[in-house]
Amino acid sequence: MRVRRAAVAGAQGLALALMGLTGSVVLLSLTLVSLALIPIGLGVFTTPAVLRLVRTHALHRRALAERWQGIRIPVSYRPFPHDVRGGPTGQVERCTLMLKDPATWRDVRWLLVDATGAPVVAMLAPALVVEGVFGLLLAGGLWKPIVRAEGGAYWYTFVPVENGTGAGFAGLVGLALLAVALWWNPALIGAHFRLTAAVLRPDRETELVERIDRLTETRHTALDTSAAELRRIERDLHDGAQARLVAVGMSLGTVEALLEKDPAQARKLLAMARESSAEALTELRDLVRGIHPPVLAERGLGDAVRALALRLPVGCEVDVELPGRAAAPVESAAYFAVSEVLTNAVRHGGGDRIWVDVSYADGALRIAVTDNGRGGAVAGPAARADGSGTGLSGVERRLGTFDGVLAVSSPVGGPTMVTMEIPCALS
Amino acid sequence: MRVVLAEDLFLLRDGLVRLLEAYGCEILAAVESGPELSRALAELEPDVAVVDVRLPPSHTDEGLQCALTARRARPGLPVLVLSQHVEQLYARELLADGAGGVGYLLKDRVFDAEQFIDAVRRVAAGGTAMDPQVISQLLTRRSQDRPMGGLTPREREVMELMAQGRSNAAIADRLVVTERAVAKHTSNIFAKLGLPVSEDDNRRVLAVLAYLDHG
Repeated sequence: MRVRRAAVAGAQGLALALMGLTGSVVLLSLTLVSLALIPIGLGVFTTPAVLRLVRTHALHRRALAERWQGIRIPVSYRPFPHDVRGGPTGQVERCTLMLKDPATWRDVRWLLVDATGAPVVAMLAPALVVEGVFGLLLAGGLWKPIVRAEGGAYWYTFVPVENGTGAGFAGLVGLALLAVALWWNPALIGAHFRLTAAVLRPDRETELVERIDRLTETRHTALDTSAAELRRIERDLHDGAQARLVAVGMSLGTVEALLEKDPAQARKLLAMARESSAEALTELRDLVRGIHPPVLAERGLGDAVRALALRLPVGCEVDVELPGRAAAPVESAAYFAVSEVLTNAVRHGGGDRIWVDVSYADGALRIAVTDNGRGGAVAGPAARADGSGTGLSGVERRLGTFDGVLAVSSPVGGPTMVTMEIPCALS
Repeated sequence: MRVVLAEDLFLLRDGLVRLLEAYGCEILAAVESGPELSRALAELEPDVAVVDVRLPPSHTDEGLQCALTARRARPGLPVLVLSQHVEQLYARELLADGAGGVGYLLKDRVFDAEQFIDAVRRVAAGGTAMDPQVISQLLTRRSQDRPMGGLTPREREVMELMAQGRSNAAIADRLVVTERAVAKHTSNIFAKLGLPVSEDDNRRVLAVLAYLDHG
């Protein structure tokens, strides 16, 4: 077990070092060149693209840190406002936004570290293994041809090897190195990632400043959204149900007058009034569903999502594991987020099966929506950069109010998996 | 018919009492909360209970839960549930025991007094009365999905009316065909849904259940 872990860590170290010495070196040079080209204008166009590559590179490393060592490095890129213009002006705006983002400069700082010091730490893991095995091979007889070829003493680490005794000594050192590798290799990979985390993670103060920025922004969005929502409700009531009830009242008034003179006409008007009131009810029902779905109020998130799934035109399996109910605003946000994601999946996914998983762990509500469609859905920085994926960005903003996050995995050809996480307490 | 009624809004409760009495029902109790309803159902043994889904004190689906509990204690106890909205989820829970004698209607259906009373009577007699909205939700879904068990369009029309809880005579009347034609369609539907031949009237309920569960 320990041997396997050490070997895996060795391989990981080699991979990390290679990534640092190739990817990071190339990206660092590209970034520097691109930045240098900004004064003559060309850089404005290349920088966003290069920085996007850098972000992908950094995101990949964050993913590896989490997968290999369980080290979480928070992603803190500032989201683009959703109204960035197109064309050259938009490009300049995008470039400025990216350059103003402190996360960009942390990325560059990390590239510098990952192209120089970090690979050395990572490289130690495979080096220990290789050097240790080499020491054993020397002791096993490999020293003879080497010493003959060198024509004198061959230095293995700090041991001069010129005869059997020296070779035996080299073997012992090799064993010691292997022992070190056995005990320390995973820790070395851990050290590499901790170095990465230290450089990539915002320091406490920056983190707080960014958090305040984010809170201000999400509060604005929340207020805007709820104001717009109130306006919509007011308009729907005014033009719909209210108008219909006025019509009902009018018809009834006329019926009153006609009752004696023209009963046939009165009956016709009564039928119309009844129809009008039925339509008003239907409109009110739809309106209520849009504000706060009745099943959500009556049964909570789990059954509300189940009811939602039953109304979808494609087969949908729902799996809910919730030990309690979340606060009403959180439930509502989660419900409408799921609703939007499901609508997206049905409209654009093109699959014939959807799976929804709702669970609660580590103080967060987790919802995963997977479909077997054609994939290619986008969200996050990549989506906003080219203006697509606005539906999912809307969901992201909605969840942002609750410090929630959304992640999309949707390779072309599918499947698409949308994961949402909202920190909250259950009652 | 002896009726227990549960509805928390005074105006509606009063209106329902008047309506039911006008059609010759005897109101054993007209209550306004969940606990009162449970007590009334346990003590009064009505022919049918007309229940609002949402009742105090919790103002959630307390009425539905009381009705389901009462039916567990007294299987087949006829219950007609009224609601401001209809959900397949609730319809399924009501039908789940397969014992019949259940109805689930939008409150608006009381607009047409005759139809409403007809639904109350059907439920009291052990039949079903499902709101056309529940059924139409299913149908839109089915038509985009796969045709259910390979039913022909005509059979689907019959199925839709049967799912609402109508008798063969009523279906024949609605579709302007003979009762024998409807009987042929229904036996075809039962065969396609894999329901064994029996004299049991509950087969119609089972067909609706199969219909609701198919997806």
